[in-house]
Amino acid sequence: MGFLKEAKTLMRQNVREYGMYIALVVIMMIFTITTDGLFISSRNISNLINMTGYIAVLAIGMTLVIVIRHIDLSVGFLSGFMGAICAIMMMKWGWSMWIAIPAVLIFGILIGCVNGFLVAKVNIPAFVATLAGWLIFRGLILWVTEETGTIVISNPTFNAIGNGFIPDIANLGFHLLTVIIGIIAIGLFVWSEFRARMVKQRYNFEVVSMSIFLVKLVFISVIIAYITWILAGYNGLSWTVVIVAITAFIYHFITTKTVLGRHIYALGGNPEAAKLSGVNVTKITFWVFCSMGMLSALSGVLFASRLQSATTTAGTLFELDAIAAAYVGGVSAAGGVGKVTGSLVGALVMSSLVSGMNLMGTGIYYQYIIRGAVLVIAVVFDVTTRNAAAKTAK
Amino acid sequence: MTKYILEMNNITKEFPGVKALSDVNFKVEEGEIHCLVGENGAGKSTLMKVLSGVYPYGTYKGDIVLGGEVQKYSTVRDSEKAGIAIIYQELALIPDMTVYENIFLGHEIKKGSTINWNETIVRAEEMLGKVKLSVNPEELVKNLGVGKQQLIEIAKALSKNVKLLILDEPTSALNENDSENLLELLLELKKQGITSIMISHKLKEVISIADTVTILRDGKTICSMSASKGEIAENAIIKCMVGREIDNIYPKRDFHPSDEVVLELKNWSGFDPKQGREILKDISMNLKKGEIVGIAGLMGAGRTELAQSIFGNPAEYRLKGELFIHGQKKNIKRTSDAIRAGLAYVTEDRKGNGLILIQDVKQNISISNLRSIASSGVINQNEEINIANGYKEDLNIKTPSIAQTVGNLSGGNQQKVSLGKWLFAKPKILILDEPTRGIDVGAKYEIYTIMNELIKQGMSIIMISSELPEVLGMSDRVYVVSEGRITGELPIEEATQEKIMAMATN
Repeated sequence: MGFLKEAKTLMRQNVREYGMYIALVVIMMIFTITTDGLFISSRNISNLINMTGYIAVLAIGMTLVIVIRHIDLSVGFLSGFMGAICAIMMMKWGWSMWIAIPAVLIFGILIGCVNGFLVAKVNIPAFVATLAGWLIFRGLILWVTEETGTIVISNPTFNAIGNGFIPDIANLGFHLLTVIIGIIAIGLFVWSEFRARMVKQRYNFEVVSMSIFLVKLVFISVIIAYITWILAGYNGLSWTVVIVAITAFIYHFITTKTVLGRHIYALGGNPEAAKLSGVNVTKITFWVFCSMGMLSALSGVLFASRLQSATTTAGTLFELDAIAAAYVGGVSAAGGVGKVTGSLVGALVMSSLVSGMNLMGTGIYYQYIIRGAVLVIAVVFDVTTRNAAAKTAK
Repeated sequence: MTKYILEMNNITKEFPGVKALSDVNFKVEEGEIHCLVGENGAGKSTLMKVLSGVYPYGTYKGDIVLGGEVQKYSTVRDSEKAGIAIIYQELALIPDMTVYENIFLGHEIKKGSTINWNETIVRAEEMLGKVKLSVNPEELVKNLGVGKQQLIEIAKALSKNVKLLILDEPTSALNENDSENLLELLLELKKQGITSIMISHKLKEVISIADTVTILRDGKTICSMSASKGEIAENAIIKCMVGREIDNIYPKRDFHPSDEVVLELKNWSGFDPKQGREILKDISMNLKKGEIVGIAGLMGAGRTELAQSIFGNPAEYRLKGELFIHGQKKNIKRTSDAIRAGLAYVTEDRKGNGLILIQDVKQNISISNLRSIASSGVINQNEEINIANGYKEDLNIKTPSIAQTVGNLSGGNQQKVSLGKWLFAKPKILILDEPTRGIDVGAKYEIYTIMNELIKQGMSIIMISSELPEVLGMSDRVYVVSEGRITGELPIEEATQEKIMAMATN
């Protein structure tokens, strides 16, 4: 098979997945042009990624919730509420952040358990159960911030989570540690791709031709290198990126490598078949909602730290941003389909739009309309390519 | 000369790959009760769907003549307008609406552009009188029993000025009292000049009320009998129903089961709160090591419910009685308990609840026993590939690779994946529910060969099947189920299609 022909078939087969990355690149290029390069500047990209962090962790959890055919509307205000609790623990009760953060995460898990209980045990539709949560947490935020209004957090270590950067090891005019991490990341990526290819070949699975494989390796390596370089030119990797990356890595691992992950996707793909195969549907649903609760708490911590305070409106509409990110990232509303990494890219697409339009000075009303349009286009694209794929398969 | 209200001439209906009806002739006299009888898959429902316009004109060959005129329905509404009403097994009432709202749903009585509720209630009472049902028309349908709901369906049909009333197994969900009431009502309606077609598996009922019986088999009209000529008799009907050719497609096996009982049910009864009725009644049966026990019976007899109740699904079933596996009493609450106890259940509906169609072959096979290839929760994916490839070889699953999405495979190969998935759970007792439904002869033969191979290895198999030749060809022993009861047990030497059918329609 010729190189171009193979590239074409590959493109057609994976149009949904590649489409998302292409969309991200196109959006970034358009904004780079319309803002005379301001968009792609080190400072803006660094800000953009930090701004995506608290939505990204929600989107990771939301991916699993939507995969098992549920929804969680409570995560936005839960995140805000958790941020407020964390602020109160540190500022009013004088707790160390090293106790406050784990405490908040555990609290998040407990609240997630309540949602899980309502959905999995009492069989209340997730939409209703979590809509109730939406109202309740909104009320709770207002309640705990009633006396003081905004709670200012004056703990520089805590605030560094949302605003700080990893320290450098040398002073060279660029961020050396970031560059080293970038190189390690590229190395790991190349190594794991080669290893996966070898395993596939050993089992006589179909693999792409060497030339296509190399093109893909080089392409992605260049992107990682470029982003690393941009970040290194400013302050380097932020702590937010580190936290999101670790979270994403853990969830990617769970979803692709573990029994738990397989059970989640089986449940989403066909609940009846999963049940008959011995999957404990109640337990899995419980777990997914608990994890969502914990990630909401983490998101709350990230956001409070970024604003260096807990505000009365924290968390407003986060849930919808997270849901949109998941859908843009290729999660299927029909259940059973969706990747954690996809939702991360989805979150990046959505915040690139916001960041780019802000730089261009686009009116806020246009911004909402355009974001809505992008969401619709992504889902329409998703549905049509899926249908087309199903047709060619038959 | 007899006057036919309905003539269906040379009806042929094809689905991709299957001829569901071939050249069927079906004639109904005015004012009679005509029973349509046949095994599962004989084409009864398809014929009724052709008649009611579910399959519109043009998708079948042949003519429908109603009252002397050729009919060309493109929707169900057209056939309703012509005076045809079908009452399906699954009642089409809205539980949270009142009786009168249900009766006139879809053809509301209007005054101007709004509904005239007073007139509706008065007319509803009139209709309820016709079906001899004394309930308050303002009662909610969900508060009534199945028997009464059925009557409301009939009232609904009558309110549309029905000429031809079709009932699809109307008594299958009813108790004896309700069944008798219903049959009496049909005779009463006959006096009022309404023609009925009744599909039924219960031959006693058929014999008691039918003026004419038409028997379908494999999509063909086999024979028609008339009561006035004294032709209707149980034996004759059964003979027409079964007579399916037994092909020589069953691999021989020279292996005999041992006497060791591996599974035993004692006085097993089950109540399904969703259907609000007892689905299993006092069932006692056993299975020996290395044995294939066939469970025969017609659709809706409770065979699948029996299998699922043993397998711990659905959890809502209220079960009584005892289950012994390898002599030990077991209390199976969920499917994972059943799997641990050495049971496996290959479902009849592989697309609905058997396989995860959007996942690949490998993932479908491993799901039943992931923990065996995982250490501290992390799946050994190389091992998984090895296992899936192993089953692909053993079961001869035809797929380009185990990374293929299961939804893209043919029916026979999907069934093999489903089988592979359960073999991977390493069961001692395998329950196969309609193991060869909808797959071609070649794949059937392969599945039978695999079954023989498995019992040789010491497994025991319960095979549920609607296909009598399959039951006779593969089983060591046969249980016949009818209306949630075991109505007979036959060693294979004594089993014949006629005997089984007689027990199944009991």
